[in-house]
Amino acid sequence: MRAFATLLDRLVLTPSRNGKLTLLADYFRDTPDPDRGYGLAAIAGTLDLKSVKPALLRELVLERMDEVLFRYSYDYVGDLAETIALVWDEERKERVPDEAQPRLGAVVSRMNALGRTEVRGAVRDLLDRLDPSARFAFLKLATGGLRIGVSARLAKQALADFSGRDVVEIETLWHGLSPPYEPLFAWLEGRADRPVLATPAIFHSVMLANPVGEGDLDALDPADFAAEWKWDGIRVQLSAAGSTRRLYSRSGDDISAAFPDVLEAINFEGVVDGELLVGGTARMNSPTRTFSDLQQRLNRKTVTARMLEDYPAFVRAYDVLFEGEADVRPESFSDRRARLGEMIEKAPHDRFDLSPLVPFGSWAELETIRRDPPDPVIEGVMLKRLDSPYQAGRMKGPWFKWKRDPFNIDAVMMYAQRGHGKRSSYYSDFTFGVWTDGPDGPLLVPVGKAYFGFTDAELEVLDRYVRNNTTDRFGPVRAVRAEPGYGFVLEVAFEGINRSTRHKSGVAMRFPRIARLRQDKLPADADRLETLMAMVEAKEG
Amino acid sequence: MKPDQLLHPAPAGLYCPAGDFYIDPVRPVARALITHGHSDHARAGHGAVLATRETLDIMGIRYGADFCGAMQAAAFGERIDLSGVTVSFHPAGHVLGSAQIAVERGGLTIVASGDYKRGADPTATPYEPVPCDVFITEATFGLPVFHHPEPKGEMGKLLTSLRQFPERSHLLGAYSLGKAQRVIRLLRDCGYDAPIYIHGSLARLCDYYVSRGIALGDLRPATTERSSPADFRGAVVVGPPSAFADRWARRFNEPLVAFASGWMMVRQRAKQGGVELPLVISDHCDWPELTGTIRELAPREVWVTHGREEALVRWCELAGIPARPLHLVGYEDEGD
Repeated sequence: MRAFATLLDRLVLTPSRNGKLTLLADYFRDTPDPDRGYGLAAIAGTLDLKSVKPALLRELVLERMDEVLFRYSYDYVGDLAETIALVWDEERKERVPDEAQPRLGAVVSRMNALGRTEVRGAVRDLLDRLDPSARFAFLKLATGGLRIGVSARLAKQALADFSGRDVVEIETLWHGLSPPYEPLFAWLEGRADRPVLATPAIFHSVMLANPVGEGDLDALDPADFAAEWKWDGIRVQLSAAGSTRRLYSRSGDDISAAFPDVLEAINFEGVVDGELLVGGTARMNSPTRTFSDLQQRLNRKTVTARMLEDYPAFVRAYDVLFEGEADVRPESFSDRRARLGEMIEKAPHDRFDLSPLVPFGSWAELETIRRDPPDPVIEGVMLKRLDSPYQAGRMKGPWFKWKRDPFNIDAVMMYAQRGHGKRSSYYSDFTFGVWTDGPDGPLLVPVGKAYFGFTDAELEVLDRYVRNNTTDRFGPVRAVRAEPGYGFVLEVAFEGINRSTRHKSGVAMRFPRIARLRQDKLPADADRLETLMAMVEAKEG
Repeated sequence: MKPDQLLHPAPAGLYCPAGDFYIDPVRPVARALITHGHSDHARAGHGAVLATRETLDIMGIRYGADFCGAMQAAAFGERIDLSGVTVSFHPAGHVLGSAQIAVERGGLTIVASGDYKRGADPTATPYEPVPCDVFITEATFGLPVFHHPEPKGEMGKLLTSLRQFPERSHLLGAYSLGKAQRVIRLLRDCGYDAPIYIHGSLARLCDYYVSRGIALGDLRPATTERSSPADFRGAVVVGPPSAFADRWARRFNEPLVAFASGWMMVRQRAKQGGVELPLVISDHCDWPELTGTIRELAPREVWVTHGREEALVRWCELAGIPARPLHLVGYEDEGD
């Protein structure tokens, strides 16, 4: 448990992706089986551990310490698992030697073998035998509250870094394997052959597109490409083999549990690539709903009947990777598209439709079409070479995405926070706001936060403004001068805008970044909240 | 004589009317007894100052030679009479020269322990228990959550990180008096013998520690003009934490910020401060040391000064020892 706890402590405080990869790869290299496999599972969200209720933990801690002292401690720390991890020793000073601490693998197998009446005693015993950091890790795992800011995808990349294998290969295997992943590690370390998967319906890495850059299209013949709309949902992969059906996100996370409506409707075998959306299919003649409606269904472990009714999900198919057991990825896009058309034609009309192709004769004509899409849930066009096979990863050439131009507003810098790593001495995360009417005149309301888009030279300018114009400090955050006649105007570009109940302003931007520093403008010239609301309304049609 | 006739809180600090002196006064007074050199305890501008040789020297370094009217050095254990009140200084183990001050009159002894710790520290004379009727204790880490681990184990985390991230400059935040020299000594004791770069504000105090026989190895200024980030690749740089948020820190290569402090025990504290590598190394007592010291001394009464007084007072209540908070103001509990 010790090694895993140390890893966790470091990961939580390490902001950079490369730093996280190093920490993970070192952990996989230095930790024996089966512990590292359970550690991997805990990070990738595939660990199954008997859960412990917070109420039981409270009871256990109050068996051994004064309630008033516990309350003072909890008030100070603010997190139940951390408080218990820290106060458990109370006045005990001698430390648990590292080698006497139970290992992660032993903790997992012991917990999962417990009968209902044995939980209390076993948890007490484990807390006694772990040190504070390991206790914290154990309590977070057992209460299901582990947040470490590492995606399953990043964990797989670390496996690739540590073994020298291709991450695509690891992803291909991933969903057919289960904790503690011993055959996977044996193969990664070259001690065994590639594991043979018994489970069908595994995830296959998806093919990604590059954005159309300046002049990219000039040398290309429009006749070699098909165009289709880029829908504003989430990219998914549907996999069906026999009775096994899975829905995966683009990164390979299994999101099946939240979408029973889609899974139940599958009547084909194979692997289909598409966009997950909410609303009605084109075949039912009902409108596609916005991304914020789709968000109601995302990041859920389960889904209520009410959600299913209010936010029905469907898949708009883009491509096919397997038809039945046949791998059709080497075929051309046109051939795959023909197969896909037949599969979707026979699939239930309310849950599946085919992403329509957009006819065009020249790049200029497509440009005009792109600027004025027929549906507000379209965020641009995709260009796919008619002869391109389906290749995992982001190859330059076969597929392009040509997004609708971003939205732009002028906003006023309100708060700034220091960055991390290279930027730890710079104020580089900016909260910006726009004007609205307050009780005593115009008032800035924060509408978003951006921490990229500027050059290093521009960062110097921004940082200097923050340092010279700080009006207040809240921990690592500084408030800066922002008045109609004095302040810093930022041109902010973003990909989309939705209503939000979580933000005071009532709107939430997608991918905001700082497009330009507008030192030529006064804050009074910045945009108003009504402008943003109008963008939301235009989108909602 | 009642204890609070001998010593009681006054606006300027703990006051002894019979001897007409203050202990660690927070504003200028005629006669001050100083426990140690941290700036919230040792301030400039007093008439006469009585403290250990080291504390006087440290005050001289920080405030200039004329920081007070007259000074007198107290040796550990020496009994000094101040208008019929006997005072004596005893090691507190907090930083170099730190002392507890025992105040005696008419068979009554009160020990003002200042800041103290029980854990091993080669840069400070170890704490000695002084029998007393009233023990005045700090409570900086006076909550059952605080358990300071073995310092070498914590320093091991920094050494591991240097191996894992050999290209990054490791910026180790440590307060300039005491903690900085302690972490440098600790690095040496862990076998780290490469040059250690120090922030300019540490130089004179490090020199002073060395002059008192505490070897710190090869120290180099991290403040050279024209230095490039490549010069500090994989180096350990020790400085006050405030410097790392400053433009000063831009000279380093992909800096990784570590911080040596008892506060690093609580994750949210580390996170808020942008610390990537928290090292729980403290110059104060943790909870078992505070409660263990009170049990060991078994005083008739405990007075609790700065920190989380309420929890320690509660603990004393449960242990059947009369205790009360002193509510002294002006001592920062952040500095560790």
